[in-house]
Amino acid sequence: MEITWRDLMTVLHGMGFGALFMLAFTGAIAELYRMSVPGSPAIPNPRYQTLFRFYLIGMVVLAWLSVFSGAYVVYPWYRAAAPAGLADLAAYPRNLLLSSPTTSGWHRLGMEWKEHVAWIAPIAITMVAYVYATYGPSLAKHRHLHRAVFYFTLAAFVATGIAGAFGAVLNKYAPIRGGETIQLMKGN
Amino acid sequence: MASTKQTASTELPNGPGAAALLAAGIGCATMGVFTLLAEASKGINTLFSFYAPTGALSGVSTSAIVVWLVAWFALHRAWAVREVAILRVSIAAFVLLLIGFALTFPPFIGLLQVT
Repeated sequence: MEITWRDLMTVLHGMGFGALFMLAFTGAIAELYRMSVPGSPAIPNPRYQTLFRFYLIGMVVLAWLSVFSGAYVVYPWYRAAAPAGLADLAAYPRNLLLSSPTTSGWHRLGMEWKEHVAWIAPIAITMVAYVYATYGPSLAKHRHLHRAVFYFTLAAFVATGIAGAFGAVLNKYAPIRGGETIQLMKGN
Repeated sequence: MASTKQTASTELPNGPGAAALLAAGIGCATMGVFTLLAEASKGINTLFSFYAPTGALSGVSTSAIVVWLVAWFALHRAWAVREVAILRVSIAAFVLLLIGFALTFPPFIGLLQVT
């Protein structure tokens, strides 16, 4: 069982950071919504508050790791220019997609959108984490601020969804392969 | 933007939260504006290529992050101990967020370039 270095880094970027960040939205959205629901306990115990603070900080770390690993590790492999006249473009995903009218849209819409919109997520979630860390459960008393924080969390989720969905499809049509081969285990 | 007043209450004012919120909106909109500029002008595109393998994305994102952090710092200094008109700040932040989404959407950028 083998994996190439570039495959491994792409998996780490997409699944290790991106997908984990995406999954974490469920908890963040649920808790931020719960705070505003009439009848729910306004002030959870201190241990729960601390846990949620660390939860949001974890999301911030995952968000920034996801965009930086994408922009500075995976993206350069994706956009590397193929030498002129090269017939097999498998090692040059961007050129491979642009070489056919049936796949060029995945680059022109998919990658062009993904690479930029993704940055909205870490900016938004950093703000959300800061505001919760500053106000804690008393955020619910600042009704408009709380509502704005909730909608920015949803916006970060949408931005992450766009980036993640296009990332998954792009990796199907033009996978990033190459680099050193790492042997994970020997087969029979 | 917001009519502000010094808070005398012991409760935390909404200023720090409003500063973070508006700065996030500014950061998102800046990301969109810089994306548009890099797409519209070859010169600006080259200028934004801070790291050649990543191309203009390196400069667009780095510059947007710098603008966001500077805006946050400045707004926080101004609003740290104040109550601000949070509804107006929220609306402004949402408009900026929408600008960020619109200007990173390639068909919309194409539409702006055509017009």
